[in-house]
Amino acid sequence: MGRGWLKGSVILIALGMVLAACGSNNNNQGAASPSASSPTPSASPSESASGEASPAANDGGTVKVGVLHSLSGTMAISEVSVKDAELLAIDEINAKGGVLGKKIEPVIEDGASDWPTFAEKARKLISEDKVATVFGGWTSASRKAMLPVFEELKGLLWYPVQYEGMESSPNIFYTGATTNQQIVPAVDWLLENKGKKFYLLGSDYVFPQTANKIIKAQLKAKGGELVGEEYTPLGHTDYSTIIAKIQAAKPDVVFNTLNGDSNVAFFKQLKDAGITSKDLTTLSVSIAEEEARGIGPDILQGHLVAWNYYQTTDTPENKTFVENYKKKYGSDRVTDDPIEAGYVAVYLWAAAVEKAGSFDVDKVKAAAKGVEFNAPEGKVTIDGDNQHILKTVRIGELQADGMIKELWNSGSPVVPDPYLKTYDWAAGLSK
Amino acid sequence: MALWLTQLFNGLSVSSILLLIALGLAITFGLMRVINMAHGEFIMIGAYAAYLMQKIFQDSLPGSWFGAYFPLAIVFSFVLAFTIGYLLETTLIRFLYGRPLDSLLATWGVGLVLQQLARSIFGAPNVGVTSPSWLDGGLRVMTGVVFPYKRLFIIGLVILCLLAMYFYIYRSNPGRRMQAVMQNRDMAACLGISTRRVDSTTFAIGSGIAGIAGCALTLIGPIGPTIGTNYIIDAFMVVVLGGVGKLAGTLVGALGIGMLNMLFEWWTTASLGKVLVFLCIVAFLQWKPMGLFAVRSRSLD
Amino acid sequence: MNAWNAMLSAISLPRGKLWLLAGYGAALAVLLTAPLYLSDFRLNILAKCLAFAIAALGLDLLWGYTGILSLGHGVFFGLGGYAMAMHLKLVASGDRLPDFMDWTGVTKLPWFWEPFRYAGFAILMGIVIPSVLALILGFFTFRNRIKGVYFTILTQALVIITVTLFVGQQKYTGGTNGLTGYAELFGVPLRNAGMKNALYFATVAALLAAFLLCRYLVKSRLGKVLRAIRDGENRVRFLGFDPSVYQMAAFAVSAGLAGLAGMLFVLHVGIISPSMMAIVPSVEMVLWVAIGGRGTLVGAVIGAIVINEAKSGLSESFPDIWTFFLGALFILVTVFLPGGLVGLFRQASQRFRRREPAHEHDAIDVSPVLREGNRSV
Repeated sequence: MGRGWLKGSVILIALGMVLAACGSNNNNQGAASPSASSPTPSASPSESASGEASPAANDGGTVKVGVLHSLSGTMAISEVSVKDAELLAIDEINAKGGVLGKKIEPVIEDGASDWPTFAEKARKLISEDKVATVFGGWTSASRKAMLPVFEELKGLLWYPVQYEGMESSPNIFYTGATTNQQIVPAVDWLLENKGKKFYLLGSDYVFPQTANKIIKAQLKAKGGELVGEEYTPLGHTDYSTIIAKIQAAKPDVVFNTLNGDSNVAFFKQLKDAGITSKDLTTLSVSIAEEEARGIGPDILQGHLVAWNYYQTTDTPENKTFVENYKKKYGSDRVTDDPIEAGYVAVYLWAAAVEKAGSFDVDKVKAAAKGVEFNAPEGKVTIDGDNQHILKTVRIGELQADGMIKELWNSGSPVVPDPYLKTYDWAAGLSK
Repeated sequence: MALWLTQLFNGLSVSSILLLIALGLAITFGLMRVINMAHGEFIMIGAYAAYLMQKIFQDSLPGSWFGAYFPLAIVFSFVLAFTIGYLLETTLIRFLYGRPLDSLLATWGVGLVLQQLARSIFGAPNVGVTSPSWLDGGLRVMTGVVFPYKRLFIIGLVILCLLAMYFYIYRSNPGRRMQAVMQNRDMAACLGISTRRVDSTTFAIGSGIAGIAGCALTLIGPIGPTIGTNYIIDAFMVVVLGGVGKLAGTLVGALGIGMLNMLFEWWTTASLGKVLVFLCIVAFLQWKPMGLFAVRSRSLD
Repeated sequence: MNAWNAMLSAISLPRGKLWLLAGYGAALAVLLTAPLYLSDFRLNILAKCLAFAIAALGLDLLWGYTGILSLGHGVFFGLGGYAMAMHLKLVASGDRLPDFMDWTGVTKLPWFWEPFRYAGFAILMGIVIPSVLALILGFFTFRNRIKGVYFTILTQALVIITVTLFVGQQKYTGGTNGLTGYAELFGVPLRNAGMKNALYFATVAALLAAFLLCRYLVKSRLGKVLRAIRDGENRVRFLGFDPSVYQMAAFAVSAGLAGLAGMLFVLHVGIISPSMMAIVPSVEMVLWVAIGGRGTLVGAVIGAIVINEAKSGLSESFPDIWTFFLGALFILVTVFLPGGLVGLFRQASQRFRRREPAHEHDAIDVSPVLREGNRSV
């Protein structure tokens, strides 16, 4: 017996393990998925009850949908809450009898803040679990990674976050704002009310750079002036030099597209440098109620944000939504724009399915055109051409308690225009 | 003029933060040759310790006492990080002496576990720490030049830590024992020094200082499970540039990187500045592979 | 074939040879018949794991055999991936500019994108660019005797520089989104079922080729010098060798293999982005080798496949536990199991057959240095 015996068996055993892993995955997926669905905050009695109820109340069977967000890694900060909102919507719909008489059964997967993982899990949801649709994604990168998978396998994705536009895939519905539902009106409002001199500050990645490109074109056309533009690496934590640059440039407005941790550092250090919202107007498009909690409301007080929904938005639907969300996940939780957009996505899908009378992707897509829903943010409608939704734009001011007070809104829902085709000044931006 | 004064101060401030995060590493890496990739997580532990202390003051003590939480938080974060460091050394690190690359991998694993632990306990989102009101505002030097008290405080804290470490290592008996063990373990053991205890204490002190750094960072930055990863590479760069085994090297290394960072960021952009700083370090190591202050030795390996 | 002869001649015991060949043969048979019994999705994951195994082989050559730990292999992996992705992206875009350039204001295709229209060039570059970068980096570090931990930390700096540049130069690289949305390779659509199987077999073939190449290198004189450098660099120097040349060679080959793995990864997964070059994936690669057993080529392959399959499986069911598990693995393996799975198996079976003499000239033996700890700093 030489060492070859050893090696040969090592190889065989290892391969056996691999194949066993593959096989067991195939078998226990259905059973394993619900257990993954209850990380600490959501392990409330109501969810487990409904989870057990769905197979029991088996009138018309169940229909599987995928929920694909980062539950671990850096993006878990934001995405866990969206997942919670989507599950809330699913529970509510199930309580009312489901869609087409079938209970919705969520299959929850973890994108792990890793873009190839998003693609892999999307493929699994569509081809292994045979889900009717998927709700998921947060970063542009995760959406871009999933997009080819959904187009190849003819799946359907509902993407709940504001993003940089310039995209409309036939297999994706976008329930967050595109640029003309958040950034463009915000810049108009700032030009009118706060001043002409803009300083653009953002994290060094796709959304800020694309957004700022649009803003620059808009400023040029509308008589604004660009006094500075700065990008910092993701995770950058020292803004003293940037703040000195801003002070030297003397802008009227800082348009802030920083992401995540960097916002904390920037606003803390801005305050320390003796600059408050009275001295300098800043408008952020990536800070919502959830993020404000991690920065500290006292630091953000008086700074501006632009979104389509705030926890304080005054509609009867929102009152119920906030109440239910807090009841299910704890009174210390807050709702915000992407959370609401995730919630709305589930309802819009259900409405489109009811209208189509089928779970078939093509039929649902065809039926989705013009579907309306009284969302917490007010009435939203699916635009059939680009599969975005009509949303009301709102500018708000952060309060001492971390809530946002609405200063202005667009009055009626704005028609989505991801490629900014209806804006003359944006003609050169894309072909 | 005003601008340059501000920038000079900013450079100094960045250096002080770098020094604070690198000091603990200068001990664990510089003296003990343990590559502690979990150093960043000890910074995180310090930051969460500050958060806990704040919560205690907010929830159960009268509001007027709130300002006093921060000094206590510094002590608490040192003690907490010290304790966890001590435990880590006795359970894990002691198996890894003389295997720097292995210590690197194992402590990376420790870092992952600590991060996930923090996520399980405190949740994935950042937590907010309200800094005490006596650190709000800044010193107005001249028109347009404000030195924020928080940054001044951090600079003071670094000087204090540096002095304390200097006196501990070079002027106190435990410090001398520590030096003896690090320089010649067998000889020190022959002279009756408990090398095991010295190892544990040294590593724990290094961790404790990382805890202080974490506590101080809550003043200016975010507090979340992954904050350690933002700082760890910078800290290593400081120690490598300065040369291992010398406090003075770490000091100069931090000053050099901090000032360069400020200058490049001012002239170019933050992203490009960062790249340039790293390129400079790599280029510098071509010239002096052992860093600025190398400990001369005739031994080859 | 040289490699084949070297492999055969390295095996002296006829009985051992039989078992060994049986093991390899069975493994190959299992891999080659995989499309028959695995679903498309599982096959895709297996293919990805096999691509990772190629990168692990390269890393093992560098770390396990030469004693140089690189925490920057993600960069080489990514560069290979980008070379392939640039070609696929250009093909998918046809006459137009790639979509991300369109909206970042680039009006003309940058010159360095132009030659990537040709698949052959892209595939060549996917291996050449990482190798050349490794050569340059190795030239500046090994010749200055920057080694051990210092080299490792420098590779981390390399990661930060590269990632920051790739993210920042969005106009040319696609930024954080990376490159995605491919259509076809060699005129065949990538989503074609036959193409998928072909790519899978190509990956198996590439893995086999990489394995034989490493095997050949390790058994050759070069391999002996590499191990000598690992165990006592200065002694090698005193014997009249220039270790830096050998180190550079190992580093370059290793980087080239990582590039090859990156190219295959892109074909299977359909995306490459800077996050795949970052520090975490780079360190994970080291873990594969450590788990499988450094200093053994089979170990590297097994480690890469087992860990990634486990990751796909475990993270499907228990996302939280996966991170704990990963961290614990790092600790356990480095502290208590320096030989990895192969080492564990070896220990167990030696205890089982205690009376048999140990093999003195065992190439896959965990070296004394690994057992006692790597003394060089």
